[in-house]
Amino acid sequence: MNEKVIYVKNLVKKFGSFIANDNLSFEVYAGEIFGFLGANGAGKTTVIRILSGLSKPTSGEVNVAGFDAYRHSEQIKKNIGYMCQKFSLYEDLTVKENIILYGGIYGMSKSLIRERLADLLAKLHFKEYENKMISDLPLGLRQKLAFSVAILHEPKIVFLDEPTGGVDPITRRQFWETIYETASRGITVFVTTHYMDEAEYCDRISIMNEGRIVALDTPEKLKKQYDAASVEEVFIKIARPN
Amino acid sequence: MKRFLGFVKKEFLHIFRDYRTLFILFGIPAAQILIFGYAVSTDIKNAGVAVLDLSHDEITQKLTDKIVSSGFFKKTGTLLNYNDIDKVLKKGKTKAVIVFENDFGKKLISEGKASLSIISDGSEPNTATLITGYTTSIINDFTMEFAGPNSNNSIRILPEVKMLYNPALKSHFMFVPGVVTLILILICALMTSVTITREKEFGTMEVLLVSPLRPVQIILGKVMPYFILSFINVLLILLLSWLVFGLPVKGSIILLLAECMLYILMSLTLGILISTVSKTMQQAIFISLIGIMLPTILLSGFIYPIENMPKIYDYVSSVLPPRYFIVIIKNIMIKGTGLMYIWKETLILIIMTLAFMGLSVRNFKIRLE
Repeated sequence: MNEKVIYVKNLVKKFGSFIANDNLSFEVYAGEIFGFLGANGAGKTTVIRILSGLSKPTSGEVNVAGFDAYRHSEQIKKNIGYMCQKFSLYEDLTVKENIILYGGIYGMSKSLIRERLADLLAKLHFKEYENKMISDLPLGLRQKLAFSVAILHEPKIVFLDEPTGGVDPITRRQFWETIYETASRGITVFVTTHYMDEAEYCDRISIMNEGRIVALDTPEKLKKQYDAASVEEVFIKIARPN
Repeated sequence: MKRFLGFVKKEFLHIFRDYRTLFILFGIPAAQILIFGYAVSTDIKNAGVAVLDLSHDEITQKLTDKIVSSGFFKKTGTLLNYNDIDKVLKKGKTKAVIVFENDFGKKLISEGKASLSIISDGSEPNTATLITGYTTSIINDFTMEFAGPNSNNSIRILPEVKMLYNPALKSHFMFVPGVVTLILILICALMTSVTITREKEFGTMEVLLVSPLRPVQIILGKVMPYFILSFINVLLILLLSWLVFGLPVKGSIILLLAECMLYILMSLTLGILISTVSKTMQQAIFISLIGIMLPTILLSGFIYPIENMPKIYDYVSSVLPPRYFIVIIKNIMIKGTGLMYIWKETLILIIMTLAFMGLSVRNFKIRLE
């Protein structure tokens, strides 16, 4: 495999006496779609927060996009994109204004923003929506746009925290096509999801349970290992062994 | 810096796109000033006055004409005896009756003094006070004219109602400082806490925190537009109260504006603090309204004098920033005093601002942990 964009070794995160992440070690490679699964409360969000520089690890090594999470969280922030389940676009701003805002926040030049904006509108067949408020857009389009904005500055890694929550299957399907396209451009996609069918689309998945990573491999190998027909079955066998 | 400016611009867009926000920012202050102003207005125009003239001489006629032609009053009738007084007042159109005693003019010339009564409709205390006040001063005017320039021959008309000062005028001067104090803290604290919790609720805060913007830049960017708009608000309120009510600023305007800035800053940090402890917009609004507006109105000395409060409320009120700002702004606007007399209050506000800042930063860090 090629370059490691995320490198985590013996990561521990404690909140008081509660151990949210118990000795995690994993690596994610450039251009990979890495699925991060786990039941609610398993510690996924904590990991994402640490990887995206929102939270400091208690101990262990964490390196994201070539930068150390303890000392260079500012550098990390410049090299990652982030999209969460809740909408990350401003509903009272237009499509164009949102893009200009986020481009500006990531320090992109005006000409570059204009260029990307034109690309984006053309690619998503969005031209007619350029000056529409986000609140006037259908949900599926908003989601696509939110994702496009998250990778507007061409980050090395994009974190998607349950990006398809509450979206219909067709939109989800389209959304995953966008994810594939992004990964093929060399942007690493780190995605958490509740939908096990989505996990099948990932290059590799890891499954967390009670703060520990209990499985990490390609969907095919995991299915073989646990003698299961689908990732969902694997997940249930791991999370509920009885 | 460029990132920051883009972010500030976005905040302005939020404000200008949301009519409710704009209304709260500019509509409410203007409305408050006008409502408070006219509710305790010192203006009376064409108030109905009836005259019971038991003397019927040249002097009473002149005095009546002077009162009626002043523009404040309108003569609603001429009465013939005392029994009519009650009747016309009950009808409501007549707000006061002026009664000249028998031989008013004769007494005034021969004895140098004469008396009249002003009987006013006490069911409208404010108007009654105003009418008696106005009438009294017109009568005093008349006496001066009557006596002429060489007024060593003492001539006095004794009105039965005596007003030493105009209480309405006093409350008039009270309310502008009070409204400025209330509006600024309410708008700043409410608006900032709501705008920050809105980002939290919509999930955009997460995205901002993950971005290269520093937390300090995010907070400053959110607060800056409100600082600017609140300051414009202060100018508007002062201008409005000057244009509409003729309320001047006696002290230094620069000092006044500087103190206003300090107070705005304090209110904004309070708003930030509220936003760090509330999860939803409703919660922020609730804390701002119940926690700030009510105590400010009731306990800061805005309406009820602190000296008259039970000791316990005095202690409670001593933690309220508006209490100190009211003292500052009244001193500058009405008494015209300088920093010498208000440095203590100013210092307290500075300390409170720093304390709110410190607490907000601490809370914010805990959230990020």
